[in-house]
Amino acid sequence: MMMGKANESYIKKMIEDGTRPDGRAFDEYREISVKTGVIENAEGSAEVKIGNTTVLAGVKMAVGTPFPDTPAEGVLIVNAEFAPIASPTFESGPPDENAVEMSRIIDRAIRESHTIDVGKLCIEEGEKVWMVNVDIYVTDHDGNLRDAGALAAMAALLTARIPKFDGERVIFGEYEGTVPLNDTPTETTIAKISNNLLIDTTIEEESAIDALITIGVTKKDEICAIQKSGSGYFTEEELIKAAEMAIEKGKQLRKHLKA
Amino acid sequence: MTENKSEVLVKEKEIVIPGQTLAKGLDYLPSNGCYRSNNEIKSKVMGLTKIKDRYIGVIPLAGVYVPKPGDGIIGTVSDIQSTFWIVDINSPYDSILQLGEAVGEYVDLNKTDISTYFDVGDVIYAKVLNVAKSKNITLTMNDYRAKKLSGGKLLSITPTKVPRLIGREGSMIELIKNKTDCQIIVGQNGIVWIKGEKETLAIKAILTIERESHISGLTDKITKLLGGEKDGE
Amino acid sequence: MGSKVGAPEKLIVKGKRLDGRKLDEFRPLVANVHPLAKARGSGEFKFGNTHAVSAVFGPKPFFPRGLQDPKNTILTCKYTMIPFSTKERIRPGRSRRSTEISKVIREALEQVIFTEDYPKTGIDIFIDIMQADASTRCAGLNAASIATADAGVPMADLISSCAVGKVDGEIILDVGGLEDNYGDVDFAVATVGKQDKFVLLQLDGAVTLDEFKKMVKLAKEGCGKVYELQQEALKQRYKTGDEQ
Repeated sequence: MMMGKANESYIKKMIEDGTRPDGRAFDEYREISVKTGVIENAEGSAEVKIGNTTVLAGVKMAVGTPFPDTPAEGVLIVNAEFAPIASPTFESGPPDENAVEMSRIIDRAIRESHTIDVGKLCIEEGEKVWMVNVDIYVTDHDGNLRDAGALAAMAALLTARIPKFDGERVIFGEYEGTVPLNDTPTETTIAKISNNLLIDTTIEEESAIDALITIGVTKKDEICAIQKSGSGYFTEEELIKAAEMAIEKGKQLRKHLKA
Repeated sequence: MTENKSEVLVKEKEIVIPGQTLAKGLDYLPSNGCYRSNNEIKSKVMGLTKIKDRYIGVIPLAGVYVPKPGDGIIGTVSDIQSTFWIVDINSPYDSILQLGEAVGEYVDLNKTDISTYFDVGDVIYAKVLNVAKSKNITLTMNDYRAKKLSGGKLLSITPTKVPRLIGREGSMIELIKNKTDCQIIVGQNGIVWIKGEKETLAIKAILTIERESHISGLTDKITKLLGGEKDGE
Repeated sequence: MGSKVGAPEKLIVKGKRLDGRKLDEFRPLVANVHPLAKARGSGEFKFGNTHAVSAVFGPKPFFPRGLQDPKNTILTCKYTMIPFSTKERIRPGRSRRSTEISKVIREALEQVIFTEDYPKTGIDIFIDIMQADASTRCAGLNAASIATADAGVPMADLISSCAVGKVDGEIILDVGGLEDNYGDVDFAVATVGKQDKFVLLQLDGAVTLDEFKKMVKLAKEGCGKVYELQQEALKQRYKTGDEQ
């Protein structure tokens, strides 16, 4: 806690002077790496690093019953966990409101962009459909978990395969086809510090954040998800600028998703 | 081109709401219940304006009691420790009454349990001695009005309406006391103690004042209420 | 959302929406102060059939003591939808959605409440959705804003919230039930009164940048209208001295 307050003052000063502790530009990501197929038992998996932040994502397929109002569509479930190993501030236990929020933010971009072609995941209308479980596991927290989590989720989905289903049981290890995808949405989180907009804040910079917003963008440059969280506010002008930044950065992030 | 002309936009005793601009310009200063936003003074609460010279304040029409040194309050002893009592004064903050501030004589703690002076559940009238920055509140009985209150009835009203209940130079509360033959003590913390002949009538009058404190003509209404009743019901 | 069961063919016919509204028209709005007798402060807000009630308790001592904030009051917010507020019954208890909504509502109110005026205490804000017909979090936040003012908690200004959407390619104000289910976009926002300060922003759906710009403008105007209604309701509270 003490570190937070101390950090805040020098970071704000640096940002007001136009620099960041690690010398990056305000609209620059740290080094990004995306590795897929990292967990064999998962139908799809990825490990994403943005700077020191490391997030794993895994896709597990299951057969379940569809929702009553969409009897011929598969179901997407996104869940994010902050592992205690990732940060001194994470405690073990059920997801707290921050983890719940992150789950829903990542879910939102994938769902609202109709990324997964859920119509193609029907096994028996009204009875059996494929459930796509995307689990996001943060293993090292150095800021900007959402962008890393969203990128990992998307990378995992891009390589996710559908296991065989013999009518009764799922046969893991044997596959028929890949999860059908329509889009590759990306999410960029923009932070406001002393009236400046920055992307990819490190944990050090996080203590100085006045307001935070995560914006999801489809491959057609449409905005598909927005979540403002934490304190502070955005003016109309800042909001539009943040949207423009997210669209621009989306293009960069998508380059890392070559399956 | 700065129009720095200062102006007050509201009248005295006007009902205002949070965020409402009360004055423009730098000549005016925010008092309780107000804050400055650039060159405007705005209200923080729903309440009645109070304008004194260059100070603009708002008296809240609702809210909790925040103690000030010197306030006379009525509280209930809620806990006893070895050398002090914890007193509930209808505030979000705890208050402490030290042995030395409650009892004038020497007390041999080996022989006496301080509950013989005040026990859990006792009602007392005391004065707020000090409010620390940490919001720890200390009380004292070192005041001619301070005493244990036995019997009678306790009533709770919104603390910000206490001045209205007391009235100008005590006129309102004296009116009620006389017409109902009751002893009435009003704590700044909104707790009222009543003991006497027509306690119920007094309570009725007090609750009416609480409900209608912002409406004019209240004195007449209360006079009628008290005068028109025969035997206390 | 595409091929949902029961989707009407068109949501906008001849410039009018299914319930007859114009594109930038609100449903009937209702704002009431102090609908509940026992809470320190309470408020109520309706967008048509969406009905939210909020109660505020405190400032009061915050427990456990070890988690008290020595400089500020701590806001706790709980958003709940009652089981029979929707067509399909909602199981009582918390859900991930209610956790998220409780969080964003609390964060919006934190922007205006003078938390430093009551250190070491806590303020509890409860929001109950009595009936849901879209824009529930907006109605909840509007009601909570009124309730907080009613409780005498010091605020810099009120928070005003509404939702805009996109159906059949058109941008609309105040998304209603069917429009929420079958429309393309739902964008909930909240502003600090009429100021250019957005304190809540949640968007579901897909819009181009240009559409987004239009939606932001429309939402801002909508919040302004909600603000006027909230102000009027608060002013009425003590006008005639009618308590409920």
